[in-house]
Amino acid sequence: MTNLEKLNNIFCEMFSVNVEELQADFDREHVANWDSVHQVGLSSTIEDEFDIMLDPEDIIALTSYEGAKSVLAKYDIEL
Amino acid sequence: MNMLTNKVAIVTGAGAGIGKATSQLYEQEGAIVYALDIKGLEWVADYSAKAGKIIPVEMNICDFNAVKTMVMNIKKEHGHIDVLANIAGLISYEYMSMIDFDKLRTMFEVNVIALINLMQLVSRIMTRQQSGSIINMASMVGVKGAKGQLSYSATKGAVVAATRSAAKELAENHIRVNAIAPGMVGSERFKAVLAEKFAQKINDIPFGRLAEPEEVAQLCLFLAADSSSYITGQIIGVDGGVVL
Repeated sequence: MTNLEKLNNIFCEMFSVNVEELQADFDREHVANWDSVHQVGLSSTIEDEFDIMLDPEDIIALTSYEGAKSVLAKYDIEL
Repeated sequence: MNMLTNKVAIVTGAGAGIGKATSQLYEQEGAIVYALDIKGLEWVADYSAKAGKIIPVEMNICDFNAVKTMVMNIKKEHGHIDVLANIAGLISYEYMSMIDFDKLRTMFEVNVIALINLMQLVSRIMTRQQSGSIINMASMVGVKGAKGQLSYSATKGAVVAATRSAAKELAENHIRVNAIAPGMVGSERFKAVLAEKFAQKINDIPFGRLAEPEEVAQLCLFLAADSSSYITGQIIGVDGGVVL
């Protein structure tokens, strides 16, 4: 499984959506159930899946699918 | 039966005094103990493990990157962290008019900010486990104040407040956060350098003596173990009756 597929799986499971829905506008503003609980859960799952420990500012930045990609890039995880 | 079998613990300030006593007590009760200090961990090499294991980690807890790497490595190695005992601390004795602000900032860095950083990192691991115990070393002077110790008491007052707030925030994840407020402790340094200076204060202690580091470590053990499973947000004194 590629890193992108791993990330997509995390989002699909977390928000109960299909992978086709993971577009540039998949963010906190447009996803109804994207609350702080989901955000913390998302950060924990990403940390476990990619074996990293996010800095607080990275957790705060996890407000969109594209933002998650940027955060992973910071940790040298290629998608 | 050992009280901490299979538990993984991080103890800061393990080079001497309460931190050293706590590390040894945790090990005797079966824990795998990561004993942290910036220096003074030579004793670990001569220590004979009884039920668990002590791993010395020489590091500056104010180095956030080093601390984060250490927490990640422990998680990778064991998959869980059960106990964090934040014992490292700097102390000073000076009247208000003589406060050295560089020293004050350094003291806040070690006593408060490094402690909060460790709580933040370790609680994230504990949240996934839905279990864990965090023990912070406060002080009686952080609760009552002390003439000639404004700087130190201010840092320990911050530890008290951080402990209570963390306990409230982490309770839903079944993580317990408590603090210990010792009175005067007879560490090696205190006995060697300061005991004479504080002779009158020692006479004011109802028990008439200083606490031994091991007596404070016993409370660290109780708070780390499942024996205290319903206790959180408490600031518990170990003071020989000073509070009375």
